[in-house]
This record gives sequence, structure tokens and C-alpha cells, in this order.
Amino acid sequence: MSGYSVTEPSKRQKWIAGVLVITYALVTLMPLLWVIATGFKSPADSIAYPPKVVFHPSLEGYVNLFTTQTRITPDMKATLTPPQTWYERIVRNKGMMIAGPSRYGQRFLNSIIIGFGSTFFSVFLGTLAAYAFSRFRVPIKDDLLFFILSTRMMPPVAVAIPIFLMYRQLGLSDTHLGMILLYTAVNLSLSVWLLKGFIDEIPQEYEEAALIDGYTRFQAFYKVVLPQAATGIASTAIFCLIFAWNEYAFAVLLTSGTAQTAPPFIPTIIGVGGQDWPAVAAGATIFLLPVMIFTIMLRKHLLRGITFGAVRK
Amino acid sequence: MAQIIIKNLRKDFGDFTAVKSSSFTIENGEFFMLLGPSGCGKTTTLRMIAGLELPTAGEIYIDGEDVSHKRASERDIAFVFQMFALYPHLNVRQNISYPLKSQGMPRAQIKTKITEVARLLGIEEILDKPVGGLSGGDRQRIALGRAIVREPKAFMMDEPLGALDAEFREHMAEELRALHDRMGATTIYVTHDQLEAMQMGDKIVVMNHGSVEQFGVPQEIYDWPATMFVADFIGSPPMNFLYFKGSINAGDSTIVLAGQKFEIPTQLQGCEGDIVFGVRPEHISFDPDSQYRGDILATEYLGTTQIVTVKTRNGILKARIPSSEPVSEGEKMGLAFDPGVITLFDKKTGRALLSKGNKGVLGDG
Repeated sequence: MSGYSVTEPSKRQKWIAGVLVITYALVTLMPLLWVIATGFKSPADSIAYPPKVVFHPSLEGYVNLFTTQTRITPDMKATLTPPQTWYERIVRNKGMMIAGPSRYGQRFLNSIIIGFGSTFFSVFLGTLAAYAFSRFRVPIKDDLLFFILSTRMMPPVAVAIPIFLMYRQLGLSDTHLGMILLYTAVNLSLSVWLLKGFIDEIPQEYEEAALIDGYTRFQAFYKVVLPQAATGIASTAIFCLIFAWNEYAFAVLLTSGTAQTAPPFIPTIIGVGGQDWPAVAAGATIFLLPVMIFTIMLRKHLLRGITFGAVRK
Repeated sequence: MAQIIIKNLRKDFGDFTAVKSSSFTIENGEFFMLLGPSGCGKTTTLRMIAGLELPTAGEIYIDGEDVSHKRASERDIAFVFQMFALYPHLNVRQNISYPLKSQGMPRAQIKTKITEVARLLGIEEILDKPVGGLSGGDRQRIALGRAIVREPKAFMMDEPLGALDAEFREHMAEELRALHDRMGATTIYVTHDQLEAMQMGDKIVVMNHGSVEQFGVPQEIYDWPATMFVADFIGSPPMNFLYFKGSINAGDSTIVLAGQKFEIPTQLQGCEGDIVFGVRPEHISFDPDSQYRGDILATEYLGTTQIVTVKTRNGILKARIPSSEPVSEGEKMGLAFDPGVITLFDKKTGRALLSKGNKGVLGDG
């Protein structure tokens, strides 16, 4: 080895680097792969010891996740029509029948509404606030910014009890609006600070040019500043969504039915008909998808965004 | 095209006063330079005229209309920024058409206008390129294009050549001046470069610490600085100052420096105490008959001329003399001064004493 060199790395160096990176990726991705694999195992395979790496893929977990089932009693057998669909067949094979859809779909939809809703409001309000803090002479600006940041200085759960009581009083418990408001409030400090950093990086001259060119302050904001801040907005949105999407403590405390999100719901699957790990894993896998898709969609921005505006062309 | 009048303009940022009661008038079609060191308030003044800052006090009239508190977009003024401020998410054509779009101009008309401007600036080939990869000169032209395409009442330029390399600046300065002459639009140009100001300006305002130091045509400012600051800021090397104690009365046309009598322009104003004798390097010559002698400390060869540093009893001065005159370090030389262009300053106030030559023209004069 030639020690330190500024030239193109040799083939061998590249190869070693590649092996290291792939190994590291495998180690960190292991739990994720484990969950995804478990979702496609049969209940027996899922608890087999030693764990099965090669197994017969089965969709039983997914069917169990989306349906409620009842055991077929001997007297029911006579009246049953043969199964019509592939998922009915899977359920029949274990001596059960489908009683109806499970609540997972609805909980998942709640997660989507609350997660994306609060992300939208966090980023929308955060962008406006960050722009104001960045560009205007706001009285006691530094104190306000510190106050906004201070809301993040303790774990959100520390205020769980007061919020619980407040929400009960206001009728916001177990409502979509309540959860959107809550997650927006928690995320706002992050989004204001992140976005202020991004907007500070955009030279004021662009807006001033637009003002001179005959546009109003607001037109200058959305025609000139917003396109420039797209990177920052995208990465802030991802951070906000990830928080709101994964939040568990408040969701357990404040939601139980109508507005319950997926995180508190998924563990309850375990109790339905024994320890149904494939169904839990299937729920977790599907739960991962939206954030993954969202992140992949915005990843071009994210890569530049996580350097916090340090790189500008 | 417009006349612009600035009256007692003032701008405070909290406790800091950026511009202190400035007044001057920019005539229609003038190429007007706002000159001064950084932090002197020249850019703030320009931004107030453009409407990017609101004045704390005072008035701005464009074409006789008081625009002091109007929005930038209502003043019909174009602004060329130091870093050009081209919209990075738009291409060249979109950048230039941006001000026209805000006016709701029909698309066909915008197209003709842009073609016209592009031809004028020689940027037809790059119209559909993104602005990101372009050279400084091209960006400069696009910024100019965006300014001239709307045919505004006046142009504001904030050190528009500051971001270009020295070589290209010269060329762009000429282009800019030629463009101005062709269009005849009132232009206010901010710079800290005195050469640029002298080279391009019809008139110059010199500012320092938020105040107008002097206001006039370049030659007037160069020959007859109103304050010691202007004398020192303009010219390279700047005006020489020889300090002495004495008294000058109105009507005097000679002074005595270290026993040697020198002719000066007839004084209109007297002064007692610390007086400063100001003379430009090129107005100093070597005269073997002069009793006023100095030691030559150094010489700098500049081609046709040389700068000679001389130590006198009243201070060190720099003389610009032809390279053909032989001088050597350590030599003692007699000095003579061109009597027609001497300015005396009162050291206490830093202001020029008025004379037949120096009328001490200021912003309000």
C-alpha cells in the first residue's frame, strides 16, 4: 500500500472499500431485512430455532394483518361455500374463515392523514416563520428563536399529562385534528430552525432584484425564494414526516380508535389469535413504505439538504 | 429618463447612522458616481433611492415626484447588483424577461424586446442557457440586460464591476459607459474605486462616514478637493499634505514654508494655527534654486513617470516627475510647487480654505 495518495485509488483499494461498505450496510440493514423476511414466513417458520434463512414464502402474515378471522366449527362446515379467492384459501387451510377486514387499513390511513398533514403544516408555517426571522427586523428576535428552540429541550412525553388533560377538555382527544396540531407543534421548532438556516443562505439580492423588477414582497417570496429553498424544504419535510410517522408515546396516550395511528396499533396484532409474528412483521413492512417512498422521491434534495446548505453551486 | 433630487436624506440602523443628511441633485441623463470607502453610506443611499431601504428622514424626488416612501416596484428604477443577482432557477431569457412579465407585457412583445436587448449586449447565443455556468462577463451583461429591457427612468448600479477580474473590468467599464451614452439614461453608480469614478462619471459625490464630502465633476474634485478626506481618497498616490503652523489672511497669495516663499491661489478665507498645505504629486517639481529642500528617500519607476518620496521639514511627500529626470536616493533636492493648484486646509476642521481656485463645492452648494 502506498500510504496516503491523492491519485485515483487502485482497483484493490476500491475493492476493499466496497467490501467494507457492503458489510457495514448488511449489518445495519439486518433488522430491516429480518422484519421484511418475517412478514413472508409462515407462523411456524417465524419462530423456528435456529432461524430459517431459506423458507417457503407465504402471504399468510399479510392476510392475517388485513382480516379478522373466526374458527370454523364443525356444524358451520356444511354450510360453507368453497373459497373463492387466494386469501380465503390461505385462511381456510388453517381451519379459519374470514369474518371481515381488520382495522389495520384504517389505522394506516390515519397515519397517512396525520403524518402528512402535520408535515404540511410544520413546513408551511415553518417556512413563513423562518423567512420572517431571516429577513425582517423582528423585535426580540433572538429571544423568540430561543423560545422556539426551548420547546425541544425536554422530551415531548414530559408534557404528556398536561396535554392529555388539555386535549380531553378541548375535545381533541382521539381526533385527527388534535394529532395534526400536536405533531405540528412539536415539529415547528425543528422546521423553523432548519429552514431559517437554509433561507439565511439565500442571498437577499435575489428578492431585492424581484422587488425592483416590479414584484411585491410576497411574489418575490414565492417566485424567487421558494424555488431556492426547495432543498431545505424537502429535507425539513422528511425530518418532520419521520418524526410524526414514527411517534408512539403520544399516539398511545391520546388515540384509541378513530384517530389511532399505526404505531400503537401494530403491537395489538400480537394478541389476535396467538403470537402472530408474520402479521406484525407485515404491518411493520407496509408501515415503512410511505416514508421510504417519500424519502426516495426527495433524496436528490435530501443529499444536498443534510449538509445544511453548506454546498451551494 | 429622469432628474433625481436627494434632500436631507438620512438613514439610521438602530443607534448607527449610516447616512447623515445628504443632499444632491442628479441631472437627467447624467452618469453619476457615488464614491467612498466601504461603510461610508454610499450603498445605503443608493438603496434608498431604489426603494430597497426606507429613509429615516429626508426626501427623494424622481422626475419631480416624491417617492421617498414608495415601494421599489412603483419607482420604475432598475438595479444592477454587485453579485448580479441573476435568478439561478431561470435561464438567461427568463431572467431578462422577468421585469417585463411583472408588467403583464404580451409574450410576442417580450420576445421582440429580448431579441433587441440581446443584440445590443451581444448575448444572442446564450439566451437559452441556464445562468449557472456562465462567465462573470456574461452574467454582467445579463444583469444589464434585465435592467435595460424595461427602459426604466433610471439605473442604479452597486459596484457592478466589483465581481469581475481586473483585466475584464476595464473592458466592461468602457462598454458600460458606451451603453449609457447610447441610451442616455440617468445612472447612479456606486463604487469605492476612485479610478473607476473618474473614468466613467459625469459627476461624483464623495461620501465618508455617512456624509457628503464633496459633489462635483471629476476634475473639480481632483484639482480642488473640499476636504482633506477627498484630497487623500482621490488620486494615486494621493495629495501630499505639508503641515505647518502660521496664519493666513483673506487676500493672501503667498505663504512661507520654512523660510521659502511660495505662490498660492489668492485666498478668500483666512485661518490661524495648524494649517495644511496640499499639493498633488504631479504638481511638484525639482528646482535647484529652491531653498525648500528635502531628502530623497526612495524612487518608484512607473515607465514614463516615477514616484519620488521626499522627506521635508513639514512631512514626507511623494512627487510624480518624468522618468527622464535623474534622481538618486539620499540626494538633497530643492522643491517647487505649481502655484495654480495649491489648496490650503484648516487642520482642525479638515476643510479646504476657500480660494480663487478652491470653491469648496459641497453637496448643498
